[in-house]
Formats: sequence, C-alpha cells, structure tokens
Amino acid sequence: MHADTSDADQVRVMTIEAFADTIVPGEKRWPEDRAVAGAAAGGGAVAAGALELLEHPASGYAAVLEPLAGALNAHASRYAQEQGHALDPSVPPFVALEHADRTRLLQELLAVDHPEKEMWVGLALFSNMAFDSAAHLGTHAALAAGHPGLLTIGYHRPDADGLWRFPEYSYGRPLAPLHPHTTSTGSPA
Amino acid sequence: MNSTESTDVLVIGSGFGGAIPAYHLAAGGARVVVLERGPWLSGDEFDQDFELGSSYTRIFDFVVGDGMSVLGGNCVGGGSVVYFATMPRAPRFVFERRGGIGRRMWPASINRDTLDPWYDRVTEALPVTRYGWDQVPYAGGLFAAACAHAGRTANPVPSAVDLDRCTNCNWMMAGCRYDAKRSLLLNYLPAALAHGAEIRPLHEVQHLSRTDDGGYRVHYRIVDDEDYRVLHDEGVIEAKIVIVAAGAGATPVILRRSEPDLGPMPPAVGRYFSGNGERLNTAVFDEDRVRSVLGLSRPGGQAYAANQIGRGPTVASWDRLDPDLPEFERYSLEQLYFPPGLGTILAQVPDATGPTWFGAEKKELMRRWQSWLTIFTMSEDDNEGVFGPPPATGNAERISQQMLGRGPLRYVPTADTRRGWAAADADVRDILERDGLARVMPWTNDVVGAYTVHPLASCRIGDDPETSALDDRHELRRHPGVFVTDGSAVPGALTVNPALTIAALAERAIPGIVRAAQERGVPVTYHGGLPEGSTVSARPPALRG
Repeated sequence: MHADTSDADQVRVMTIEAFADTIVPGEKRWPEDRAVAGAAAGGGAVAAGALELLEHPASGYAAVLEPLAGALNAHASRYAQEQGHALDPSVPPFVALEHADRTRLLQELLAVDHPEKEMWVGLALFSNMAFDSAAHLGTHAALAAGHPGLLTIGYHRPDADGLWRFPEYSYGRPLAPLHPHTTSTGSPA
Repeated sequence: MNSTESTDVLVIGSGFGGAIPAYHLAAGGARVVVLERGPWLSGDEFDQDFELGSSYTRIFDFVVGDGMSVLGGNCVGGGSVVYFATMPRAPRFVFERRGGIGRRMWPASINRDTLDPWYDRVTEALPVTRYGWDQVPYAGGLFAAACAHAGRTANPVPSAVDLDRCTNCNWMMAGCRYDAKRSLLLNYLPAALAHGAEIRPLHEVQHLSRTDDGGYRVHYRIVDDEDYRVLHDEGVIEAKIVIVAAGAGATPVILRRSEPDLGPMPPAVGRYFSGNGERLNTAVFDEDRVRSVLGLSRPGGQAYAANQIGRGPTVASWDRLDPDLPEFERYSLEQLYFPPGLGTILAQVPDATGPTWFGAEKKELMRRWQSWLTIFTMSEDDNEGVFGPPPATGNAERISQQMLGRGPLRYVPTADTRRGWAAADADVRDILERDGLARVMPWTNDVVGAYTVHPLASCRIGDDPETSALDDRHELRRHPGVFVTDGSAVPGALTVNPALTIAALAERAIPGIVRAAQERGVPVTYHGGLPEGSTVSARPPALRG
C-alpha cells in the first residue's frame, strides 16, 4: 500500500514538474533528471518552486494536482499513439515525451477552443507565477536565496530595511511636446 | 432573540462609489454603515512582498470570466488602495458617444461642462496634481521620447500621488506603505468616520430584500480574514436608503441575486459591461538604440533598463483622442507598469517559432524584463459584456484562498471593439518599433480573455430605461431608494483612466441621494463640504492608538 501511495506521489510530482518545465523551461537539476527536460539555460519554473506553489494550500490547486496529472498523462499517451511514439514505461507518459512534444501537446490543451483549457491555464498561471514572483516565498528571502526567476528577470534588491526606493528615477527633462488641447488641469480637453 | 440592526443609509463597498456618499451622508447627519467585503489594511500593513497572504494578494481580486478577466479592489478603500492613481478627466467627445445602441448613451443632463465642477471637487479633495517632466520616471520618459521621435505628443498625466513621499518603488498594487498614494484612506473615509460613519470590513453583501415600509434589508456574510473561500456568520441590517457600490464586477451580481426578493431588475442590470476598451502591449527595448536614437541615458550609464522603477503610468499620448475620428477609433496610449505575477505571462514573444506566451523563447524574453515597457490602450469598446446567473455567494467562485476566482461575466468583443484594438496595436508598433527601438507584441487574449483593470457600465445611468439600469440621479429603476454610484454606473468606456470620472459622478449624485433620504424621513442635509485630508491612512477604530 505504501509503495502505491509513493508511486502515485511520484507520478504527480514528476508530471506536474514536467508541465511547469514546459511553461518556463530550465536546466536539469541533476544529470538523469527526467521531469525537467533541460530545454533552457538556468533554473526554470521547477527550480523556482512551481510544485511548492501549486501544493501551497492558498493556491487552491493542491487537491486537484493528482487528477490533473492523471488527465495530462492520458493526453500524453493518446498524443504519443497519434504520433507513433513509443513511450518509456519507467516514467509517467507526459514525462516520457520529448520537450518539443510536451510543448506541442500543451499548445493543444491551452488552445482557446479546447474544452479543458481553463484547468490547464490555471496550472500555467501558477507555474509562471512561481518563476516571476516566487509567490510561495517571502520576496526578500527569495531574493536572498538567489531565486532563479527573480534573478532571471533582474528584479532589484531592496534597501537594507527591506523596502524598495529609487531616489534616481527620472531623465529630468522634457521629452515630448504636450498635446495642444491640454486643459489647465492637465487633462485632455 | 435577535433584534434586527438598522441604519439610515447602508453603503455596500468602500471604494470611490461608497466612500464619497458615506462621507457626505454622515457629514449631513445621517446614520451610515459601510459594509466592505475585503480587509482593512493601512500604512505599514501594506507589504512589499509577492508572497501569497501578503497585502499583494489580499487587497484585490482577479476574476476570470469567459472572454474577459477583471482586476478589482477588495479592501477598505477599494480600487483607490490598489490602483495607480492616474486621474485624467474624460475628453469631451466621450459624453457624446452613441455606441452600439446608436443613440447618445449618457443622460442628457451630463456632459463635460456639467461634470467639470464635480471633477474640480474630487481634484481638490484627494488631491490630484499635475507634475513636471523632472518628476516623470524613466519608463514614462522613454515613452514620451519615443512619441516625440514619431512626431507625436505626450503628456505627464495628473495623478493623486504625493511626490514628496513617493519612492518610485512601483509597489502600488500592494497598497502604499508610504501613504504617498492619496487613497480614500487619507480623505473621504477618515472624514466619514469622523462624522460617525461605521465601516465594517470582511462583510460581504449577498442580496437585498424589502421591508414592509419601503426600506431594504441588506443580507451579508462574514468573510474569513485569511481564507476568503470560507464564509462565517450571516447578518442583516435594515436601511432606508441603500447605496450599492461594490464595483462593476459585483454590483450587478448582488442586484441579480436579489431578484427573488425584490422582483425583477431593470433589463440593463448585468448588461452593457465595458472593459474600458483596455488592451496591453509589451515592448522590449534595445538599450543601445534607446541611447543612440533617443539620446537617453541614466546616471551610471544605462540607457533605460528601468521597468521596475516608477509609480505605474505617468505619461500618456492623447493624439488619437481626436473628436473628429470615427467612434471606436479613438483611444489613449499610456505607459504602464505591470508587476510580476499577474501580467508577464500574457506578454508575447515577437517572431516566435513556437508558443508565443510560454516556453523557451518566452523565457528569453523574460531575461530582458527590465527593458520592457508596457503600453496600455484605453479605447471605446461596445459594452458587450453580459453577466450570467450569480454564483452561490460573492461575485465569483473563489479558486485560491485570496485573489483568484471564476466569475459569470461573458465578453465577446464586437468587430468595432476589435477594430479599435487593432488600430491601437498598429499605432503602438509604429511609435515604438521605429529605427529599431523596440519589438512590440500585444498581450494575448487567448489565455484569460481580454483583461481590464477598469470594469465599467454593468448597471449604468442613462435616459432610456431599456439600456440603462439607473436614471440620471443614479437611482435604480423600479427599486426606489436603491442607488448605484460606482464604476458600474458609468455608461461606457472613457478612453482614459476612469477613477476621477467615477468619483465625480458619485459627487454629482449626492444632492439627489440626500433629497431621497429626506423624503424617507432621514434627518440629513447636503452641506457640500469636502474632507480635510490626512497624511496618515485611516485604521480600524479598535486599532487606533
């Protein structure tokens, strides 16, 4: 029984990680990493904590990750069959797909007219949010720990007191002619 | 044994549409209770933090609809706490718009001239100020320089930010911990409290019913202060006058849910929703071209690389707010900041060979995030939004603990709306791609539909009962004593940021609401004063020390 639970956990974790890695790809965490395809340099959504964010009770997705992983793997099996790909049975079907195939499958599932689009969009939103804003972590702690997403976008660090201030912020000179019909209050006429 | 609580005036919501009536009616002598669905935060409770559970996820809601997603305030002070405080007046032609109904959509009694005195009042009360080019952040300066390079004009936009306190941290959507943003927590709301109004946070109104004497019962649930999916006790307050100002994404939902008790709503309740014609484009600048073509450089040597620095939108180009252009082809273009977490996913990769909004190419685009410039189009949409049946509670089925839900709004843009968006997209590209300055792509509408931060018109004023839910005094047709004063009352898209217009309309509605209250026996007078204003945001009374 315990082994089954752990297998189910592993399927869920690897499948959701492979999904997140397709949204924001990253480098493999270790040489034989299967969930992360290694399609981009630097950490991606997985290293940024997409699974932690999705499992966070506040996200509202924790309870549905397992069924979503199951549905995604069913799509992957169907997709592989359509494409004539044989899948490595030692990992979940979506994980067994090459990065390019994972991408094509997600393009299909995230298309405007796909009946399941909404549930996959939700997963994509949170995968991206883990990367670009580390929403499962305090932003200061995430920056201090070198969070790969905040680092990638080049998000500035705060002052020593933890607050952001930009005392230099302006080019300091007129840069365009004003609209000729601007009123005395600065509004359009 | 419960005795039902009662008040003279019950206000639903504490944004512009709620705070302004709450102040005037309390100042005039009425007993006023304000029920606000969201929490009451102020000052240093506004976190500079993206973590779930920080103020950034507590004070606004992102409601995904079918074809349109809406970002709206969810806290005491409503949108004024979350917004970017950009406060232009609507151009004169807007009030003459006809829209898809083919006749003037604003009441005959309102045009720019008749609204200007009310704009003046709000401008003084917040206050709203003009500022100079030396106070324009880099992003606004870059947009202005690109406009000038393309032979266009650009203006610093009036705003309700106290620049002596502002640090240009761009955390405005999490609430301003410096009290630099002149939110309602600094003027109308403390003034309402001083005159005896009560503000109750975490009270979500679900529906109204009628009392035997022509008044109303307002039915609410208490919202858990951490997990908004959890509702606690319910309660009822009786009132002689009800002011519904829950925001254009919620006001029609409350009214529609009240139909079994109140009887049918006017047909325009929950119809004619406008997303203010909003549309976003992301430009990614070539820093070398910014320097060589526009001649811009920052102290320290960078040309731009300042997406993070500033205070939301500060510069707009109004060249297409030309009354001689056909309706649906007029729009403003405004430089905007959109924080991570909510907008970056919708930005698209120019010349993508694979997916445009996710994947490896998108990650490369994100590496250049500091060189992004977001351009906000506000155009003339066609009021095509329609609300479906109300959800069980609130205005959405909440997905996450805070912030994210699924709502009943359906929005299918008409050809006219799409024509305006296409013209604006082409214009943005023309301005920003000249001489290799930047590459530009619109945000995709394929993920969460169109996206508005300025929901309007879902319960609008007008002269025609078929196409307007409210008369020109903001009273709900068929339901005397119920007034609507929030963004849902605005008849249509404004082509500029709407907060000042929403506030001016609320100010304009007050004398009429006072008269209606008097007719219902409420001892209230209209003094026409304005709040004095404070430099420290209002806290809940129990916490004031």
